[in-house]
Amino acid sequence: MKHVGTQTILFDAPPTILETSSIVGPKESQGPLAKYFDQCLDDEFWGEKTWEKAESKIIKENVNGVINKSGIAATDIDYCFAGDLLNQCISSSFGLREINVPFFGIFGACSTFVESLCLGAVFIEGGAANNVLCATSSHFCSAEKQFRFPLELGNQRPPSAQWTVTGSGAAIITKQGTGPFITCITPGKIVDMGIKDANNMGAAMAPAALDTLITHFRDTGRKPSYYDAIITGDLGHIGKEILTELAETKGYNIKANYNDCGVLIFDKEKQDTHSGGSGCACCGAVFSGYFFRQLKEKKINRILLIATGALMNSTSSQQGETIPGIAHAIAIEN
Amino acid sequence: MKPIETKQEYSNYVDQKSPNSPILKNCFNAFWVGGLICSIGQILFDFCKFKGLDETSSSSIVSIVLIGIAAILTGLNIFNKIGKFAGAGSLVPITGFANSIVSPAIEYKSEGYVMGVGGKMFTVAGPVLVFGISASVIIGIIYTFFV
Amino acid sequence: MEFFQSIDWMQMLRCFVVGGLICIIGQILIDKTKLTPARILVIFVTTGAILGGLGIYKYLIDFAGCGATVPLTGFGANLAKGAIQEVQNSGLLGAFIGGVKMSAGGIAAAVFFGYIASLIAKPKIKKQ
Repeated sequence: MKHVGTQTILFDAPPTILETSSIVGPKESQGPLAKYFDQCLDDEFWGEKTWEKAESKIIKENVNGVINKSGIAATDIDYCFAGDLLNQCISSSFGLREINVPFFGIFGACSTFVESLCLGAVFIEGGAANNVLCATSSHFCSAEKQFRFPLELGNQRPPSAQWTVTGSGAAIITKQGTGPFITCITPGKIVDMGIKDANNMGAAMAPAALDTLITHFRDTGRKPSYYDAIITGDLGHIGKEILTELAETKGYNIKANYNDCGVLIFDKEKQDTHSGGSGCACCGAVFSGYFFRQLKEKKINRILLIATGALMNSTSSQQGETIPGIAHAIAIEN
Repeated sequence: MKPIETKQEYSNYVDQKSPNSPILKNCFNAFWVGGLICSIGQILFDFCKFKGLDETSSSSIVSIVLIGIAAILTGLNIFNKIGKFAGAGSLVPITGFANSIVSPAIEYKSEGYVMGVGGKMFTVAGPVLVFGISASVIIGIIYTFFV
Repeated sequence: MEFFQSIDWMQMLRCFVVGGLICIIGQILIDKTKLTPARILVIFVTTGAILGGLGIYKYLIDFAGCGATVPLTGFGANLAKGAIQEVQNSGLLGAFIGGVKMSAGGIAAAVFFGYIASLIAKPKIKKQ
């Protein structure tokens, strides 16, 4: 493991992503990627009494799912990194309170999934662990309740608004394996370009994604064409367009191989999701469900996954604060 | 396109990139739904007066009935669909006030009837009462001393 | 039947148009500014109270009936009207009593129906 450039860490013995698992809610199950997810729910409550309990159940069942799929015993998992959007990360800590694995609760807003992969990979590479579990979840209803308005309120969503993905993504990374490998990571800086509109998250997060993207290329000497796919977490339609254009002004043309999980997960026209998906599970479930499979089947061999997060809450919005963005990049290669 | 360096440049760029709300369509829907709700109120009002009630009581009955209807529609998960379609058309009439009280009451039921329903009921509509009632008190005081 | 014959359709049209126009103002505020619904409601109720206090709003009520009273500006005007009436009856004390007294029906109904709805209804996801 060595530090290159300003922010990037290159791995000498790259850890393998052994297995992933994904669960999504009913709306995501009607989207274009439905067939790739491990489990599609037909009820947001999933038999629970509250949205928060439902979200905890989603992450719990998804973690059980990935452990089963991977074939390794839960007792062989050394550490767990997990987080979500709810205050004090209650979905993860409540959902995973019975799993009996040392637990690090992390918060990176919607960038949590890649943040957990970064930390897990460093733990493995540093010799602190053999198997690490990374998980995240989000739920449309619990997120609306916490960040916006009650569900029954008759308000209109502006065209720039994004739809929080209900679901979870989980991955197990391991020391010895046959790939796909996590070859390097570029943890991002907090970037705030002064956007205040909580209904335009894509625009708030795009500068952070740009910063991480350019830093990654500069640190590694790689070019956009090195990757088969460059994927951001949840910039949505507006953020995707902004990132593409801004990257071009900086001399990086990513048009050919760039896409965004928030754009992919919903059908904008049919599902009326405005600017696309968002939330921890957007990146988590789309990577775990779709891109990991593509990597496994060698349909793509090199992917740069950049999860983006908006580090705000309803108090900071009400106090008129701008929205700081963050983006963590991880390169996964066969 | 030139590279963007300052927050101001970025803010202008984002404004230009973000799609605008379809304001003409929204205003049209707001107009007819809002007008329709007021007209339903008017029919009720006329009916109350037809039955011999005075103006003040008729007004109160109109408010109560419209609030009741909005509460039922909110509970049936219909009001948010009307609101999405009509925007201010269902928000600005008294129905919007009712919806903004009933919706958090339902949403926060999971936190219990006292602190959830009772405590959170006014998260959206509380300011309306605070500012409305305060304004009326100030107007009353001004009226007492200056008129 | 007799009731329907008694309806003043011109009055109804004025009600429809004025109520609709007030909602258009609200819609422009929603789309052009980034105000939250709570702020828009506050703007309407306060504007109504001020116009009511100045004695202007009653002309709109005379013209449009429920087109002026049903929107929240009417709720505000009603609060102001109540305060002024009660001040006339009982002096300064009226400033504190009048407003709420006049709109007690609406407030109590909203609170009561809100509570009842929470007993019966379950939160559901928006389908859009």
